[in-house]
Amino acid sequence: MADTLSTRRWGLPAPLRDLAREPRTYARLAWTWTRAVAQYPMALSLFTLGVTLASLAEMGAVVVVFAHAGTLAGFTVYEGLLVYALAAFSFGAAQLLTGSVDRLGEHIRTGSFDTMLVRPVSPLVQLAADQFSPRRFGRIVPALVVLVVALVMCDIDWTLERILMLPVLLASGVVICTSVWLIAGCLQFFATDAREAANSVTYGGQALTEYPIAIYGRGLVRSVTYVVPLAFVSWQPALHLLDRPDPTGLPGFLRFLGPVVAVALALVAAQVWRFGLRRYRSTGS
Amino acid sequence: MRVHCAVYALGLRRYSTYRAATVAGVFTNAVFGAINAMVLLALFAARPEINGYDATDAVTQVFVAQALLAPLAIMGPALDLSERIRTGAVGVDLLRPVPLLGWTLAQDMGRATFDLAFRSAPTFAVGALLFTLALPGDPVRWLLTLLSFALAVVVGFALRYLYSVVGFWLMDTRGVWAVMGPAGPVLAGMLLPLTLFPTGVADVLRYLPWASMVQIPAEVFLGKDSLPGGGVFGGLALQAGWAVALLSLAAWLTGRATRRVVVQGG
Repeated sequence: MADTLSTRRWGLPAPLRDLAREPRTYARLAWTWTRAVAQYPMALSLFTLGVTLASLAEMGAVVVVFAHAGTLAGFTVYEGLLVYALAAFSFGAAQLLTGSVDRLGEHIRTGSFDTMLVRPVSPLVQLAADQFSPRRFGRIVPALVVLVVALVMCDIDWTLERILMLPVLLASGVVICTSVWLIAGCLQFFATDAREAANSVTYGGQALTEYPIAIYGRGLVRSVTYVVPLAFVSWQPALHLLDRPDPTGLPGFLRFLGPVVAVALALVAAQVWRFGLRRYRSTGS
Repeated sequence: MRVHCAVYALGLRRYSTYRAATVAGVFTNAVFGAINAMVLLALFAARPEINGYDATDAVTQVFVAQALLAPLAIMGPALDLSERIRTGAVGVDLLRPVPLLGWTLAQDMGRATFDLAFRSAPTFAVGALLFTLALPGDPVRWLLTLLSFALAVVVGFALRYLYSVVGFWLMDTRGVWAVMGPAGPVLAGMLLPLTLFPTGVADVLRYLPWASMVQIPAEVFLGKDSLPGGGVFGGLALQAGWAVALLSLAAWLTGRATRRVVVQGG
């Protein structure tokens, strides 16, 4: 009530206010969950430690592989870590923001999705913010540290354009991963048991983009460029930052398309969500 | 013994109901196997041999690991026991005229048998279709491998039981899982074959119980002389040793726990 009054008095013009409403609701729900898990500080620290350990292990695997190979697809160990960090950051952030959508099947089975539908808040916001867990910073923070180290250690020609492009590339990566996460989650509208199959796209996508994708061969590079555009999460941004030609022979302008791809995929994800929601039938009681 | 057989059969049946999830699981294991395999193939293209492993050995181990992922439940889920200790439902389990450890073991072996048949075998078959794997020609080695997988599953169960039974002291074991969930696959040789680790580290890890879940079975399958004792039987003996040691520890801890447990209810 107090909130309605204050927005009325101090608020933005109506259209802008509507646009800002859902992120604000999301933030409020996320904060509620954060306060809830903070009631058990020991458990929260153990969970965060676990997530950090897992990402350190993945990072260690990248280092071990590069240490044995010397270079992979022409990438040195620091360049490989740059690719890893871009992928880990984007997926980590996407998982923090919308990781909970992969529990859609569970919500449908238990009927709690119906509860979300009758509340006066977008079900997507509720689903994405559900059980928001700050432990996932345990993946994002190490990824950012490695990203900074890799950016310093790699031989990058820091033009003004590259400096400005870096945040754009990171944001595009996060949007692409978030959209992939949402599309994979929506599969559960059609097959409620398919959570594990969705993992092969989400976690599998992360595992795939942690290495320079040229090592997987041309066919796979083309399909993750043109079909499921995961190449724009870490591979194309790394090529741009390092100023490399694409070793698989794809055109050089692709590396500038990250933001376009991100917006397009987000629109696709929104359509998939709406389609799933329209087709949804409650399981009943 | 008849009770255990019945519990085993029920465990098997219980997991056989989730058909769609089983297919989805095989698909996911195969995708992860393919990704890991392609990374290792790229690595071995640069270095044809690392510490006695060639590309085919490494890819074979990747698919052994992915095949065993479900029956070992190395990344979870925890045994139902964890939740039953937290809620107090374990009181009912303790009233049964069968020891808790044997009951849980029989139930979990039922699940593992189902997973070995319907998760492991298809996953490995997909791997063999997509990649060149090192398949032993000798039928005896296939049998020994099956024995090694069975021992791996028992070691995996014993570790998960231990992670759960500490709940009698900690109340909530999700923290234990939060740490051991990611650590297990690394120590086991599932994330990367232990062979790729620095030699000193690999030699130590090979003797820890986690290696008996993936690295040792993979080496038994490949017939490597890097196994403890220089051969397949050394590897099997190490696995059997861990299975006995961990189950004994589990039995002892269960005894300690049940003497101090207080179950509320009314």
